[in-house]
Amino acid sequence: MNISIKAALLTSAFALASPALAAGTHPATGEQLSDNQTYTYRMLDDIKSFDPQINTDVEGSHVLRDLFEGLVNSDADGNAVPGAAESWEVSEDGLTYTFKIRDAKWSNGDPVTAGDFVYAWRRLADPATASEYAWYMELMGVENGAKVVAGEMAPDTMGVTAADDKTLVVKIDAPRPYFPGMLTHASTFPVNQKVLEAHGADWTKPGNLVGNGAYVLTDYTSGVQVTRERNPMYWDNDNTIIEKVVALVINDENIALTRYDAGEVDKTEVPAGQFPALKAKLPDETYSTPRSCSYIYMFNLGENGPEELKDVRVRKAMSYALNRDVIVGSILKGGQYPSYNWTHQKTAGFEMPDIEYSKWTQAERDAKAKELLAEAGYGEGGKPLKLTLNYNTSEAHKKIAIAASQMWKQTLGVEVELANFEWKVHLDKLRNGDFGMARYAWCGDYNEPSTYTDLFTSTSGHNNGKYSNPKFDELAKAAKTSDNPAEDYKQMEQLLADDMPIAPVYQYTQVIMVKPDMKGYPFNDLMNNIYSRRMYRVAE
Amino acid sequence: MLGFVLRRIAMAIPVILILIVFSFVLMRAAPGGPFTKERALPPVVLENINAKYGLDDPFLVQIGTYLKNIVFHFDFGPSFVYQDRTVNQIIAEGFPVTLTYGFWSFVLAVVIGGGLGILAALKQNTWLDYLAVGFSIGAQAMPNFIMAPILVLIFTLGLGWLPGGGWYTGPGDPNTYSAYLVMPVIALSTSYLASIARLTRSSMLEVLHSNFIRTARAKGLPNRVIIFRHTLKPALIPVISYLGPAFVGMITGSVVVDMFLSTGGIGKDFVQAALNRDYSVIMGITILVGMLTILFNLIVDVLYAWIDPRIRY
Repeated sequence: MNISIKAALLTSAFALASPALAAGTHPATGEQLSDNQTYTYRMLDDIKSFDPQINTDVEGSHVLRDLFEGLVNSDADGNAVPGAAESWEVSEDGLTYTFKIRDAKWSNGDPVTAGDFVYAWRRLADPATASEYAWYMELMGVENGAKVVAGEMAPDTMGVTAADDKTLVVKIDAPRPYFPGMLTHASTFPVNQKVLEAHGADWTKPGNLVGNGAYVLTDYTSGVQVTRERNPMYWDNDNTIIEKVVALVINDENIALTRYDAGEVDKTEVPAGQFPALKAKLPDETYSTPRSCSYIYMFNLGENGPEELKDVRVRKAMSYALNRDVIVGSILKGGQYPSYNWTHQKTAGFEMPDIEYSKWTQAERDAKAKELLAEAGYGEGGKPLKLTLNYNTSEAHKKIAIAASQMWKQTLGVEVELANFEWKVHLDKLRNGDFGMARYAWCGDYNEPSTYTDLFTSTSGHNNGKYSNPKFDELAKAAKTSDNPAEDYKQMEQLLADDMPIAPVYQYTQVIMVKPDMKGYPFNDLMNNIYSRRMYRVAE
Repeated sequence: MLGFVLRRIAMAIPVILILIVFSFVLMRAAPGGPFTKERALPPVVLENINAKYGLDDPFLVQIGTYLKNIVFHFDFGPSFVYQDRTVNQIIAEGFPVTLTYGFWSFVLAVVIGGGLGILAALKQNTWLDYLAVGFSIGAQAMPNFIMAPILVLIFTLGLGWLPGGGWYTGPGDPNTYSAYLVMPVIALSTSYLASIARLTRSSMLEVLHSNFIRTARAKGLPNRVIIFRHTLKPALIPVISYLGPAFVGMITGSVVVDMFLSTGGIGKDFVQAALNRDYSVIMGITILVGMLTILFNLIVDVLYAWIDPRIRY
């Protein structure tokens, strides 16, 4: 037999054997697919854990989303869509969710049951697990969750039960219309009790790890790479196109870019400041899309904070005098949003309030800043004002801090001493209220404004600047049960602009390069929840 | 000689103990801890974690437990940051990598650096000497964090010969073992190579100008005998005292090589652990480096006696 005919027959035999269209066309779009369906991307750092209840990282979550599947997934635009749960119902009072678990299998062939979720959720809250994300149970408001985490109640008293193998019932303490969206978080993913008990601490090793996701872990070389390959047991395997996903650990972003140019990785981050040049050179593969994080300078209003900053006029002056357009346009250059509020503006269910100073020109802001500072008795003709700004070690933070200190000095005559600290020291000082002004950033846990606004309630553990306004607390509480929470969030942002406990600086974008033949990357998902199984490579 | 070696080994025990206690105290004195995160953990969660890892025990109890686990179980504890892995596993995975590229870097540095040094000394003030000295100054001035990205640019992007980083993952890997080795070895060995070349050259020159070499020449010994039998051995002594610690430095890895070339060695683990306050990993690698340093200093001392008959222990 002629060799080429043999090869052709072999290929067609493979095509028949694998319904997933090894080298055919995309089932939905009809695009011609490439023979090479391996997706390789750059990872900044090594994976800290493959255990859904232990992982705390964004990069880890990306891997876990391939290896496991939670009740709910997010679609390409970030909306909650059924995952391991085929459907769900919510009771009229909004407190009880009933999930119908899909007929699906673990990668070892065991059926996925409601009991697997019960086990995983209890495990997350159980003090014996000592999960760093145990507080997520509390954040979701699962009944008794907080008490279980505190060790006051047994894990089996928590409001998550299996009515039968296919029905999971979750009781929460207050209505949360965004609750299903919270379930895309990796800490809520199920784990297989049998496997955990059989392998103990080694259950996450390749070969031992059993998941219910579209891929299985086939290789992990610490500090080098993580490889996962298609899981034939996955319920939607027929629609999976990418055969193999490889994450390469490349710490240095410039080397990562070189390796991207050399064709070794299909996706990498754009180093700070290089976006305009790369966009001009490679317009079809350079992207800047919104990412749910917000960058601020926090003012310390607590007892250790400087007296001067307790005057709202000083805080406003400091915030007004920041020229965000310069910071975003000349330093970051990655399409970030100049920010005059706290919540990322693209957050679902968030309506931007009418924040007055955001509409002024920088000249107007500067003039107002001078006026306010003079009123407070500082600046030209008044007492000299000296403050400190803490930031953690990073080129970008340093550049922004230097620019900010120049703006404050030139516009207001305020001397700001820049204090650079190593990351853990910076955090320690934040925690202990040992700062005047400090760089801070927050990334949303879920796509809803409360993930931001909750931070400035007076009981929040993250409110390091000790901002406290009873009106704000009330609104935060009301928003949880309100029919129109957007209005509450608007008012909360308005309060933040009036009290100015923070100077917003910018809101993040994800600035990345993706090879033009790689399709299906979820650019529109603010939370950047990537599911490799939705991606595919087209033939060139 | 045997008595000397045994004495030195006995002395190593208190040295290691002191090293452990000092590192333990210094490490804990640094602000922040392994669970100090951007999003502060609620106090109850932190309590659970501290209880799990025994971080809520009194300080002396913690050191005691730590030492007990090492001495009786050879267990360096779990990593606080890489929670799927223990310190023993982290070192078992990372150390063979650094040992491999460190060893080959050492070989390259000694052979080329030593060779260049000897050649330069023998041909002092000729173009060969200038070339060797020029090369070693150039290599010294080229730190590995500049070297590594340039290598990737040349060998990966430019020529397409080598993978731009990573490490051999076993059969099925598209690249060979040695392909992954080339860039780390060049990046790590260059500055050592330069130091060895300069050290060898100056040490050789010093010996070549000494009286006993003049005597040997006066006796009419052939040049070959003068160089190999009489010059090389004494000239090696300062080089060897440099090589001991240099070898330990090389096989315990380089944070730059691991970071830039994604080799997955313990050089990066060590620095990351310090930044992450991953206490158990810091301690584990500190002890490993400490023990290797003691071991190689001992080997160097034994080599002295072997090379120079005047040295007796």
